[in-house]
Amino acid sequence: MPIRINGIEADLPGDPRVSLLDFLRETLDLHGTKKGCNQGACGACTVLVDGERILSCLALAVQYEGRSVTTIEGLTGDGGLHPLQQAFIEHDGLQCGYCTPGQICSALGLFAEVARGAPSGVTGDIAAVAVDLTGDELRERMSGNLCRCGAHNGIVAAIAQTYAAGRAA
Amino acid sequence: MTPFSYVRARDTTEAIQLGAADRAKYLGGGTNLVDLMRETVERPLSLVDVTGLSSLIQESDDGGLWIGAAAKNAAVAEHLAVRRRYPVLAKAILAGASAQIRNMATVGGNILQRTRCTYFYDEDGSRCNKRAPGEGCDALDGFNRIHAILGASPACVATHPSDMAVALAALDATVHLQGPGGARTVRLTDFYTLPGDRPDIETVLQPGELIAAIALPPPSVAARATYRKVRDRASYAFALISVAAVLEVENGAVKDVRLALGGVAAKPWRAHKAESLLQGGPATERAFVAAAEAELADAAPLHHNGFKIELAKRTIAAVLGALAGEVA
Repeated sequence: MPIRINGIEADLPGDPRVSLLDFLRETLDLHGTKKGCNQGACGACTVLVDGERILSCLALAVQYEGRSVTTIEGLTGDGGLHPLQQAFIEHDGLQCGYCTPGQICSALGLFAEVARGAPSGVTGDIAAVAVDLTGDELRERMSGNLCRCGAHNGIVAAIAQTYAAGRAA
Repeated sequence: MTPFSYVRARDTTEAIQLGAADRAKYLGGGTNLVDLMRETVERPLSLVDVTGLSSLIQESDDGGLWIGAAAKNAAVAEHLAVRRRYPVLAKAILAGASAQIRNMATVGGNILQRTRCTYFYDEDGSRCNKRAPGEGCDALDGFNRIHAILGASPACVATHPSDMAVALAALDATVHLQGPGGARTVRLTDFYTLPGDRPDIETVLQPGELIAAIALPPPSVAARATYRKVRDRASYAFALISVAAVLEVENGAVKDVRLALGGVAAKPWRAHKAESLLQGGPATERAFVAAAEAELADAAPLHHNGFKIELAKRTIAAVLGALAGEVA
């Protein structure tokens, strides 16, 4: 069974040592997903697997046989910008841009988690079925994505605005 | 990474057959094992992927909870039965790692994760008795701010990094094992071993044995529980000290208390001394402080981690005080 990357089937690497991150970047030439720390500490390599955010640097590609992976290149089918990408531009949610693909994939995973009421480490009533995405909630839920330029205020603003727009839509 | 073969086990029987191979390791989400393989601290010849085995989370007939070892950390923390009946477990998991890692990591893998002692990780440059038995321990006289204050030995002062396991220790969880010799059940607090002169041995797991599930006994309806983690930053860092506490107070007296500490030892540290002092006594701040003092009486600081003793005492007292206030 192959793996699906942005809707397209690909054959898995023969060597099980190849991480999902290296498979994306080196084999498939999808350079949007970034290698930051390569040890699960920075979040730059975040991609979506069946809609859930994971760290592709800590994943062996062979573990994801039959799964559907979405990278920053695959957020829209037409090559245009996703509303969250547009919001990052408008809110200056980046300087060097290296962490941005991971930030954006992570935030999209976050939206799905919030929509189904998943709690976070700062959720007051952990048994509540609905989550209010306050500033504290947003920061906690994005804490696995670091930005060394310090664009966090813009990142938080872009994510909050896109989330609010999605709820209003 | 050194070369290895990879195979996905279809069921427990097949996993155990494959796990009997020379230097085979079971693979969960890989969030720790893949990292350690990249650092060549772990060098398995084969990986047996057990993420396809049971990830069922289900309330059991006795009113407890059954958690398949392949359940993702995120799935456990999100499960309504966990959030409503075992909030200390959900809170510990949510404090444990980023959302991305919680989406990958399994319950079995979380329990079996290795220490984050930097000398253990530094395969090229440091001596470590856990990694290479008999080699020596560079943490003992090194930078040991994050290291153990309880249950350590001259051979090893590493701590266990899991938050989830600290909550499981306080909840009297049992670990269900499957292996070449059949199935057996071990209490989580008996599952881990202290380093002694063999810090490379961390659990009672026999060769080829696999964690199949975790079981929790029914929670006390009247008890309050929480998990507090003290770390260098507000999120996404390992614990310096953590406390999982379950407290039931009746008419101002402690009817039941279960207390476990993280960040202090090579295993989740069940605070039996503090518990026995508190049991049946007054639920007062003074009693909480005295219990914390008693639990830490044997604590042995290293050069850089003496602060942990006072931090542990104060965190225990604060957590118990907050829980008692809730039920007052």
